[in-house]
Amino acid sequence: MVKVADARVLVAAAGVGPLLRLRAPISFWGGVDPVAGTVADPRHPDHGRSIAGTVLLVPAAVGSSSSSAIMLELLREGTAPAAIVLGRADAILALGAVVGRELGYAPISIVELSPEALGGVADGDIVRIDEDGATFLG
Amino acid sequence: MIPILTPHERALLDGAGGEAAALAMRVVVAAAELLGAQRLVEIASAHVDGCLYHGDGGVEFAERLVAGAGRVAVPTTLNVGALDLLHPGRVRADAHRTEMARRQMDAYLALGCTPTWTCAPYQAGHRPALGEQVAWGESNAIAFANSVLGARTERYGDFLDACCALTARAPLHGLHLGENRRATVVVDASVVPAALAADDVFYPVLGTWLGLEVGRDVAAIVGLPASVTEDQLKALGAAAASTGAVALFHVVGVTPEAPTLEAATGGVEPTRRVTLSAGAMRSALDRLSTTASDGVDAVAVGSPHLSLDEARRLAELVGGRRMAVPFYACTGRDVLKALEASGDANALAEAGVEVVVDTCVVVTPILPAAGGVLMTCSGKFAHYGPSNTGYEVVYGSLEDCVASAETGRIVRDEAVWTW
Repeated sequence: MVKVADARVLVAAAGVGPLLRLRAPISFWGGVDPVAGTVADPRHPDHGRSIAGTVLLVPAAVGSSSSSAIMLELLREGTAPAAIVLGRADAILALGAVVGRELGYAPISIVELSPEALGGVADGDIVRIDEDGATFLG
Repeated sequence: MIPILTPHERALLDGAGGEAAALAMRVVVAAAELLGAQRLVEIASAHVDGCLYHGDGGVEFAERLVAGAGRVAVPTTLNVGALDLLHPGRVRADAHRTEMARRQMDAYLALGCTPTWTCAPYQAGHRPALGEQVAWGESNAIAFANSVLGARTERYGDFLDACCALTARAPLHGLHLGENRRATVVVDASVVPAALAADDVFYPVLGTWLGLEVGRDVAAIVGLPASVTEDQLKALGAAAASTGAVALFHVVGVTPEAPTLEAATGGVEPTRRVTLSAGAMRSALDRLSTTASDGVDAVAVGSPHLSLDEARRLAELVGGRRMAVPFYACTGRDVLKALEASGDANALAEAGVEVVVDTCVVVTPILPAAGGVLMTCSGKFAHYGPSNTGYEVVYGSLEDCVASAETGRIVRDEAVWTW
């Protein structure tokens, strides 16, 4: 297990899973199906891929503030990523996770980290993020 | 960093206002931390967008607030839900979705919100004053409150909007602060021909362009006629907030924070000046249509919800005509009541126009399931239609929409776009 970065913690929790690097910014509202846990926007390059249980690297979250609601539904359905690594901090997704914690859903880690920090990590490699944002490979 | 709290805010956090207020304050404080706000700001009103059903978690959240004896602390209007409560059966939803959508709407009423069920609360009596601090959800309503009314709100959405309403507080950041409201981009619209600048069809296209061009920056538009109407500004803001994160724009000589260009920019040299061109407008116009089909399968207008003026104009246009394809006019229940009183509701019904209230056709399944081509004069419907409904879209003026719906063949007045 090799430490690769210290990420800025937005929502503190530990998470581990295979890295999935989204190839384009995404709006969770309209872009993610919370029941299936998949990328649902037909125009997104990762359309159809499952995000459940992954360490999901999102270059940028865009679009509607209703994405908080989709984040909450992912947590409720158990289809959420194990952790979300945002290239640029986004309060909307983090808020969905904050509310999920209030409702007693299993928490997930949301951190901000420059995508280059995971540049050497391949999709599918196991990444672990600790509560303090310490990020490990393997 | 945890924001500095007043004794009252601290007391709410500690449970003095009950469980729901404490939960709401925890969420507001968490949001303030995420947004880097150093303290909270007291708000005078809220507009809550969280009443639209996205899944059972949203219902659980609202019902948790009700169970914790939650009550809004400021006047709070409600955005659309997922059901047309006045026309049961208009929304195609299974029993579970219908029940949960209803429970979610009921929970917000139990919190003391006003059942406006509209995305144009500013045309249903909720008009905060110039400089007033508020917490609003729904992107078009945010743009209108900031730009046209000069009230101060950031972009709030699900959960945070309700938590602000319950605590009467919002994170003090962004557009709550005067220094962030200054225009940094100047847009020169004086080259637009007067006939186009007077035409309703122009404003959703200008907004589409603005959202793409300026994103989250604040623009000051110069050169629009002083006669620009409130409905035109509403259409401009709604389209801009669809294609970009536009929450505030100024129209010099028209909107309240922009009596002059200098007032709009705060006397600071703008970072960018852009002059509109026929080519740029044509390209924004083209973006609002996804098909070259000449047939139309349905027409929808009213995003944002039609004002009484807009609905009356539609009633006039369709009077004595008969729509050949399904035609939906989305509006608030207050407007419907006025249309019923004036007889305009009858005129619409006789022409085959279905009035949808409390919700709209892009947030819940109302359009015929068969799909096809949807025509609209709303920039927002044109933007969200394809992903939310599966329909291809064609944009045109309200007059174009009525003429097309009457024959089932698309009619568009193109001449107005050539200069």
